[in-house]
Amino acid sequence: MLNKKSLWTMPVSFWHNIGFQVIAIILALAFTSLILVMAGAPPLLAYKNILEGAFSSSTQISNVLVAWVPLLLATTALLVTFTAGLWNIGIEGQITLGAIFTTGMLRLLLGSDLPPGIIILLGFLAGMLGGALWAFLAGALKAFGGVNEIFGGLGLNFVATALTIYLIFGPWKRPGVGSMSGTVPFPPSFMLPTLSGLRISLWAIAIGIGGLAIIYLLIQGTYFGLRLKAVGRNMRSSFLLGIPTTRYMILSFIICGILAGTAGAIQVTGVYGRLIPSISSGYGFLGLMVAMLIAYRAIWVIPVAFFFAALNIGSIRLPIVLQLDSALSGILQGSLVLFVLMMSGIQQRFFNNKGEKHP
Amino acid sequence: MNVELNAVNKHFGQVHANKDITLTIPSGSIQGILGENGAGKSTLMKILSGYFQADSGSILLNDKQVVIHSPADAIRHGIGMLHQDPLDFPPMKVIDNFLVGGGERHRGGDQHRGGAVNRRGNALFPNYKQIIKEINELAGQFGFAIDPEAYIDAMTVGERQQVEILRLLWLGVQVLILDEPTTGISTAQKKKLFSTLKILAEQGKTVIFVSHKLEDVEVLCDRVAVLRQGELVGISFPPYNTDNLVSQMFGKLITPGSRIVCTRDKPVLELHNVSIEEYRLSIQDVSLQVRAGEVIGLAGMEGSGQPILLRTCAGLVRSVAGKICINNKDLTGKNHHVFKRHGTAYMPASRMEEGLIPGLTLTEHFVLSDDKQHGMFIEWDKAQRNTEKQIQEFNIRGRPSTPVEALSGGNQQRALLALLNEPLSLILMEHPTRGLDIESSIYIWRKLKERCRQGAAILFISSDLEEILHYSDRILVFFAGKVSKPIDAASTTVDQLGQLIGGKGWEAA
Amino acid sequence: MSTALIIIGLAGVLSAAAPVIFAAIGETLTERAGVINLSVNGTIILSAMAGFAVAVTTGSTLLGFLMGMVVGALVALVIAFGSITLKQSQVAVGFVLALLARDLAYFLGNPYMGSSGPRLSKLPIPYLSEIPIIGPMFFRQDIMTYFSFLLIILSFVWIFKTRPGLMLQGVGERPAAAFVRGANVNRMRYFYTILGGALVGLAGPTFSLSIKAGWKGTISGLDGIGWIALAITIFGGWNPLRAAFGAYLFALLQWLGLVLQPSLPGIPSQVLQVAPFPLMILTLLLVNIGNTEWVERLLAGLPEKTRHFVAKLLRSLRVSPPASLGVPFEQE
Repeated sequence: MLNKKSLWTMPVSFWHNIGFQVIAIILALAFTSLILVMAGAPPLLAYKNILEGAFSSSTQISNVLVAWVPLLLATTALLVTFTAGLWNIGIEGQITLGAIFTTGMLRLLLGSDLPPGIIILLGFLAGMLGGALWAFLAGALKAFGGVNEIFGGLGLNFVATALTIYLIFGPWKRPGVGSMSGTVPFPPSFMLPTLSGLRISLWAIAIGIGGLAIIYLLIQGTYFGLRLKAVGRNMRSSFLLGIPTTRYMILSFIICGILAGTAGAIQVTGVYGRLIPSISSGYGFLGLMVAMLIAYRAIWVIPVAFFFAALNIGSIRLPIVLQLDSALSGILQGSLVLFVLMMSGIQQRFFNNKGEKHP
Repeated sequence: MNVELNAVNKHFGQVHANKDITLTIPSGSIQGILGENGAGKSTLMKILSGYFQADSGSILLNDKQVVIHSPADAIRHGIGMLHQDPLDFPPMKVIDNFLVGGGERHRGGDQHRGGAVNRRGNALFPNYKQIIKEINELAGQFGFAIDPEAYIDAMTVGERQQVEILRLLWLGVQVLILDEPTTGISTAQKKKLFSTLKILAEQGKTVIFVSHKLEDVEVLCDRVAVLRQGELVGISFPPYNTDNLVSQMFGKLITPGSRIVCTRDKPVLELHNVSIEEYRLSIQDVSLQVRAGEVIGLAGMEGSGQPILLRTCAGLVRSVAGKICINNKDLTGKNHHVFKRHGTAYMPASRMEEGLIPGLTLTEHFVLSDDKQHGMFIEWDKAQRNTEKQIQEFNIRGRPSTPVEALSGGNQQRALLALLNEPLSLILMEHPTRGLDIESSIYIWRKLKERCRQGAAILFISSDLEEILHYSDRILVFFAGKVSKPIDAASTTVDQLGQLIGGKGWEAA
Repeated sequence: MSTALIIIGLAGVLSAAAPVIFAAIGETLTERAGVINLSVNGTIILSAMAGFAVAVTTGSTLLGFLMGMVVGALVALVIAFGSITLKQSQVAVGFVLALLARDLAYFLGNPYMGSSGPRLSKLPIPYLSEIPIIGPMFFRQDIMTYFSFLLIILSFVWIFKTRPGLMLQGVGERPAAAFVRGANVNRMRYFYTILGGALVGLAGPTFSLSIKAGWKGTISGLDGIGWIALAITIFGGWNPLRAAFGAYLFALLQWLGLVLQPSLPGIPSQVLQVAPFPLMILTLLLVNIGNTEWVERLLAGLPEKTRHFVAKLLRSLRVSPPASLGVPFEQE
C-alpha cells in the first residue's frame, strides 16, 4: 500500500552529498534559532545552556549516557526492521512490553534466594521475550492479515500503554492507592550496578554497544543479513531467488522486538527501578528519527544517538534557567530530520539526472 | 471526421518507435491497424489520442491542422480512445464513471445530442435523472444491457468496454480508437461490439481498430494498415489476402545457423490436464510432456496466457485442476521454493522488478543465489573471487562491486543467467532476449544450449518468431487462453506460425 | 442515573466528538486524493496551542480558530511539497512533522500555560432547543459543534454527490484514468492535502477554546487524539458519514468509561479508552485478508463453486483505501 521511497539511491559524488547534508544542518539550526527568537530567547544562550546541561560535569555526562543506551538499543532494533523494508512504528509498544515483562519477572523473584546477577539476567530475558512477543504480533498481523505495520503498530502502542496503566493502578499498584509514580521500586540489588556516585551502569553501556555490534555483524556479515537486505529492497525478486520472505519479515520483527525489549528492561533495571506509566519515554519514536537521519547506516548510530541523547539531557535545565520548555531538543532533532529529507529530495529531483525514466 | 497523419515521427531515447508515418483515414470507415508487439501501433494511437506529442509531423482533422496537448484535449477535438484495459474507476458506479471529468459541455456537432447538454446539470450538481436517461437511450441504440447504477468492478471486461464506448460517445467523440478490444471478451460480446462499430461508421464516425487478430480485422475493417518496426508497410482493402498480411506483419525469415538438438528420453516436466484460472483469463485442460534437453517455445501475442502457464510450471501460481510432475515427482499445489529444490528455475521478463534486486551488487547477488551455505558468516573474499570468475565466464561488463541497476539490459540478463544454479532440470524463461542486441541474444542462447546439453529442459516465451522457430524443438501457440498441441518447429514456416498467432487455423492445430 | 444527566452527558459526547470529526473528515479528504497526512497528531496539538495563543492575545475566538486553520494548512503544505514535488516518502515526512509540530507546540506554548482565555459559549437555537430530549442534545451546543454537524453533511455531499467530488474519488482511485479525463492530479493533491490540513487545524482550537479550555502543555490530554483520528479515517472507510459514526462511537466509549467506572471496578477504564484501536486493527484485518497470497493459494485449492463464492465474498468485504494512496503520480 505505501511506497517507501528511501535514501537508498545515493548519487556518485561524495562531496555533492556532504554539501547537501551540511545545508540541511544549517537550515535546521536557522529554523530552531528562529523559533527561539519567536519565543523571546537569545539563541546562542539557549545552545550554550544545552551544551552545559549535557557536558558540564561528570554527573551530567553520565546522565547523557543513561539516556543514550535505550536510544541506542531502539535505533539498533529499528535498523533491523528498516533493512527489511518495514516501518516499525510499533516499537514504542515493544519497549513497553519489554519493561512490563521485566517488571513482572522481577516481582516474581522478590524474596528469592537466587544471586542478584541471575535475577537481573532473568529480568532481561523476560524483557526480551515481552518485546519479541509484541513485535511478533505486529509482524503476524502484517504477514498473515495484510494489516499495514504502521497502523498495526500504532494500535498496539496504545494497547501497551493502556496495559501499563492498568497494571500500575491495578494488580501491581502500590499498597494503598495506585499512583502515577509507578509500581513499588525494586530493591537496589535488582538494579544494574552503577559507577560510584553516578547513575550510569557500565553494564548498560556494554549491552547497548554489544547489541549494536551484534546487529552490525548480522546485517553486514551473515547470509541472514544479506537476505534480509534483499527482502527489504525487492520482495518479489527475493522470493524468486529462493528466500522465504514471509519468514524473514517475521524474524526481523522478532529480532527488533528482542532489542526493544532489552531497552525496556534497561529502563526498569537501570533507570527507573520500577514500572512507570511512560516507561518507553518516547525512545521508540526518537529511534525512528535517528534511523531516518543516518539513512539507516549502522556506523552513525553511536554518535547521532549520543548527540540526540545529549540534546535531551541538556534541555532539562532550560525551564529552570531560561524559562523555556525542554521540548527545544525535539525541535532541533525534528527539524534536522525534516531538512535532511527535504534536501535529499531536492538533490534527487534537481541535480540527479540518473533517475529519469523513458516511456 | 477525416483523420490525416502526415510524416509522424516519435523517438524514445534510441528507439525510433514511429518512422515517418503518413496515413489518411476517411470518416465513416473502420480502419484496421495490424502489427506485432513493438511495431509502433500503440505509440501512434497514443499520439493521436493526446497521450504523447509527436517529435515531428502533423495531424489534420477535417483538413484542419490541430495540436493535441493531452487526452482531455483530444476529447475536446472529438478523439477518444478505448484502452485494452479500460481506464475506468472500478469501485465506482457506471454513472459516476460517466460523470468524472465530463459531460457538462462539449464541442463538435451531433444532432442527436442537441440541447440535452444544458439539462445535464450545472458545474456542481449533476442532473442524475437526465444523465441516466441519456445513458439508457444510448445503450438502447446499440443493444447494450448496461445498468447505470451497477458497479464497474462487478462487470466483465466486455461490459466495461461497452461502458467506455458509451461514455466516449456521450462526450461526443467522432473518432473512436479501440486498442486490442477483443482480448478477454466473449464471442457474443464481440459480435455486439462489431455491430456497434458498424453502426457508428454508418453514422459517419471514424473507427480505428488496432489489433493483432487477423480474423477480426479481416471481418470488420474497410481498410487495413500494417505497421512493422515503426514503419507503415502496406495498406490493403477487402478482399484480404491473409498470407500477404502475415508477411507484411512479420517480414521474411532470415536463415540462421544450424539447429542443435539435444533431446534425451527422460521426461522432466509433465502436465496432466492442468487448468488455471486467473482474474481475466483461464487456460483449460493442458497436457504436455517435456523431455530433458528439449526446448519448447511458447508463442502468441501478449495477453494470450503464456506467462500464466509458465508461472504454474514454476509453482508460482496454483492450478485449479490437473497434475504437475517434475522429474516424475508430483508437485501439484506446492509452492515455488519446492519447485526450486527439484531443479526448476524461473527467469522473469522484468529483470529489475522481479529478477534482480536494485541496490545490491553483483557479488551480493551471487552470494544470495549460492545454495551451498558455509556457516553463518559470509566469506566476502571468496565471494568476490567467485563473482570475478562468473563475470569472466559470462562476459558481463561490470565489476563485482557494481550495483546491478547500473548494468545494461544485456548484462543484467547475463547476470541472471549466471545466477542460475547447477544442475537444473527445468529452466522457465519469460522473454529471454527482450530488448537485447543480436550479439547478446546469440550469446545468451549459446549458454542456454550448454544447459540443454547438460540435460536441462527449457520453456521460453518470446514475441520474436525467428527466435521461436530457430531455437525451439517444439512450439506451443497461445491464443486467448487456448493452447495448441505441440508443433514441430523444424517443419513450420513463419507464415503458418503467424497465422496461428493471429488466431487462424486453429481447428487444424 | 437520571434522564437529565444522561441527556447532558450525550450532549457532551456530541461536542467532544466535534474535533475528532474535523480531523477525521479533513484526513478523509486528503486520503481520498491519494495522500496520507501522518502529522495529524502533531498538527492538532500545535493548532490548539496557536489558536489559544492568538485568542488570548486578541481576545477573539474567531481569530483563534482562523490561526488554527492556518497552522494546519501550513503543516499540510510541507507534507504536500515533500511528498508530491520532492517525492519523498509521505510516511517519513508526515511522521517527522507529527513529532516536530508537537514539540513546537510545547515549546512556543510555554508562556501561555495556565492562562485563561476566551471560551466558546453555548448558542441555543430558539424553538429547536425546546424540543424534549433532542433539543438539549443537539441544539444547545456551541458554534463549532454546529459546524461539525454541517461539515459531515457538506463533505458527504461534496465527495459523493458533486462533480468535483467525483473527480476527487477518481484521482484517488486511479490517477491515470483521472488524468485522461482532464484532471491535474498533482494540483488536486496539493489542494486537498492543504484543505484537509486546514480542517485538522480546526480540531486543536476546538479543544483549547472550548472542550478542554486553556493550554496546559503536556498534560492537555491532547496527545494521541490525532492517531485516533487517523484510525477513525480508516475505520470510516474514507466516507465522512462512517467516520463521523466512528468519532461519535469513540466519544461515547470515552464518556461511558468515565460514567461506568465507579460501578464496574472489575473492568479497567483503559479497556474502553483504548477500544478504538483493536477495533481498527480488526477492521483492517477483515478488509485486507482477501489480498494475501496464502489466501489466494488456499482459494485455488477449493472446489469451483466454493471458490467463486468465497472470492465474491472477499471482494465484497474489501472496503479498500483509495487505490493510489501513498503512491506518487508520474505523468507519462
